[in-house]
Amino acid sequence: MKTQALTALLMASSILGSAGMAFAEDATLTIESWRNDDLAIWQEKLIPAFEAKNPGIKVVFAPSAPTEYNAALNAKLDAGSAGDLITCRPFDASLELYNKGQLADLTSLAGMENFSDVAKSAWTTDDGKATFCVPMASVIHGFIYNKDAFEQLGITPPATEDEFFAMLDKIKEDGTYIPMAMGTKDLWEAATMGYQNIGPNYWHGEEGRNALIKGEQKLTDPQWVEPFATLAKWKDYLGDGFEAQSYPDSQNLFTLGRAAIYPAGSWEISVFNTQAQFKMGAFPPPVKAAGDTCYISDHNDIGIGLNAKSKNAEAAKTFLTWVASPEFATIYANALPGFFSLNSAPVKMEDPLAQEFVSWRDKCKSTIRSTYQILSRGTPNLENETWVKSANVINGTETPEAAAAELQKGLESWYKPAK
Amino acid sequence: MEGTQRRRRRWHIAVFLAPAMLVYTAIMILPLFGTLQLSLFTADGQSRVFAGLDNFRRLFLDPRWSASFWNALGNNFWFFIIHMLVQNPIGIGLAALLSSPKLRFSAFYRTAIFIPTILSFVIVGFTWKLILSPLWGVAPNLLDLVGLKSLFTPWLGKEQYALTTLGLISVWQFVGIPMMLIYAALLSIPDEVIEAAECDGITGMSQFWKIKLPLILPSIGIISVLTFVGNFNAFDLIYSAQGALAGPNYSTDILGTFLYRTFFGFQLQTGDPYMGSTIASMMFFIILAGVCLYLFAIQTRLRRYQF
Repeated sequence: MKTQALTALLMASSILGSAGMAFAEDATLTIESWRNDDLAIWQEKLIPAFEAKNPGIKVVFAPSAPTEYNAALNAKLDAGSAGDLITCRPFDASLELYNKGQLADLTSLAGMENFSDVAKSAWTTDDGKATFCVPMASVIHGFIYNKDAFEQLGITPPATEDEFFAMLDKIKEDGTYIPMAMGTKDLWEAATMGYQNIGPNYWHGEEGRNALIKGEQKLTDPQWVEPFATLAKWKDYLGDGFEAQSYPDSQNLFTLGRAAIYPAGSWEISVFNTQAQFKMGAFPPPVKAAGDTCYISDHNDIGIGLNAKSKNAEAAKTFLTWVASPEFATIYANALPGFFSLNSAPVKMEDPLAQEFVSWRDKCKSTIRSTYQILSRGTPNLENETWVKSANVINGTETPEAAAAELQKGLESWYKPAK
Repeated sequence: MEGTQRRRRRWHIAVFLAPAMLVYTAIMILPLFGTLQLSLFTADGQSRVFAGLDNFRRLFLDPRWSASFWNALGNNFWFFIIHMLVQNPIGIGLAALLSSPKLRFSAFYRTAIFIPTILSFVIVGFTWKLILSPLWGVAPNLLDLVGLKSLFTPWLGKEQYALTTLGLISVWQFVGIPMMLIYAALLSIPDEVIEAAECDGITGMSQFWKIKLPLILPSIGIISVLTFVGNFNAFDLIYSAQGALAGPNYSTDILGTFLYRTFFGFQLQTGDPYMGSTIASMMFFIILAGVCLYLFAIQTRLRRYQF
């Protein structure tokens, strides 16, 4: 009798106890992401930092493979089984989710004021009224160089275009190093590390990009053709057989110390840090004349939004506000050097190369890649065409003018700027 | 009574045919008609609307679409011509050599030549990319050894060479198939025919041209059709070596890569299943026309010999 009572008591307490626990465990947030490389960073650094401050909210980072992410996410959202927090691709992929009502409007979220309009542009509706993802990180374009090689040859990073080509001539004359490591085989290197890297200095960043979207400028205007003309001059400074040199080839050529300069995106930093045996430095795309305002491509790459059907919307918003905070920015930017916080608050980073890249934000004006917003919605796709044309121009098989004319013709065939 | 028995006897035919028929219908015939049907529709916002032949009109009359299409079709024909001019004659030649009774180690050669055929496209594409790499490939070094370094160019990166290079890589990979088929055909020629020829004084090369070649013509016909179908369905090698944009400047773009880019989209380009299906339908019609041409115009005229 006594044992029976004890058993009953124990059982009751266990039920009550677990009920109490279930009550306390009020929200578990699941993050959908394609960044499976970042799993360890989320689990070891970001999530513990958040949970320590917000007891009662648990966060699970559930990434899938990058190539499967868009399709898998769409299927999960349609089926209603997607996580509470959605990692956002930039521009149209996420805009479509918002238009379908699958991403919540975050315009009034606390913490959104920490971001500039350019930072938010990748996740804002065309009319600029609603923002639906918190910007997390961007990548910056520039040139990474082999510091040892520069010291050996007695050259310093160039500020103007003339200095840039004079420097390339010097490296070529010396012959120890291939002046620049870039190939045109994979096409996108030519467009992304080439055209979009040096271009903003010509079309004056946001000014030109917005004018292009509004239809006030054309790709055949001088400021859009000149970057192609400059690219055409790169040809002589690339390695032998650059036409068949792929992206990994270029990376290896530089990290093995055979090339002096690498036209880069900041995402290379962590890879290069582990592979290169020499000191590295970086310089922004050179301007035309000394004293000109410099522009850099500071391209929004990753953001995070709220599933409109989330059952834990309040907890999720708490999390998103934290993502918008300088604390998150500091942890994230240091864990992933080369993925820069878009937060307006200055972020202290340890990596010297990453510091160099991000310091350009203070002296130069930021813009995003010209082809990404709105202009790549139709067929022929402006971004993809720019890959092909940039490679053609560097290969010398098409003149800058002809390439620009083709691009403009393709864009005009489907894009009618709002008047 | 007799009628039901006959019907019952015929049941087993249906039963045995059913699995193959069902599987073939489910994974080949239905998708084929699904594709043909899809090519008649177009997207209107989120819904699908019937568009008749509009997609085909766009493919042929819109200057950009038609330029891409004719470029891909032209490249595809060149790809096919390379195979017909290089792969099949070499295959026949190898088979003739292999079937010679005097050849030693013929089993070894046969296996060695056939092995590339069973390799994955991805491996072949990657290996050849490495071999031909201007930076670390063996091709520039080998040419340097024989003093012909000046002949080396980054073949896969030049518009004028890339497609031909890929065609030859594909020939290297698949030359084993015509070789095996012709080899089998040569072995099936009865010894009496050969002996009779020898009695008439026809030996050596003239024996091959006058006796063996006419006897294996039907096999060559089959090989040509297989090559045609295979080449016009090709996709994997180009995709693994040059990517979906089939660079440089679309010079290696064939119908398969054009279809892939259009149907599934690429990078910022979103997929368009309707135009994609239109291209897929055109591929089907082209292959159908080619096979019909062979079946009705050529195969019926081939002379067959009974032994």
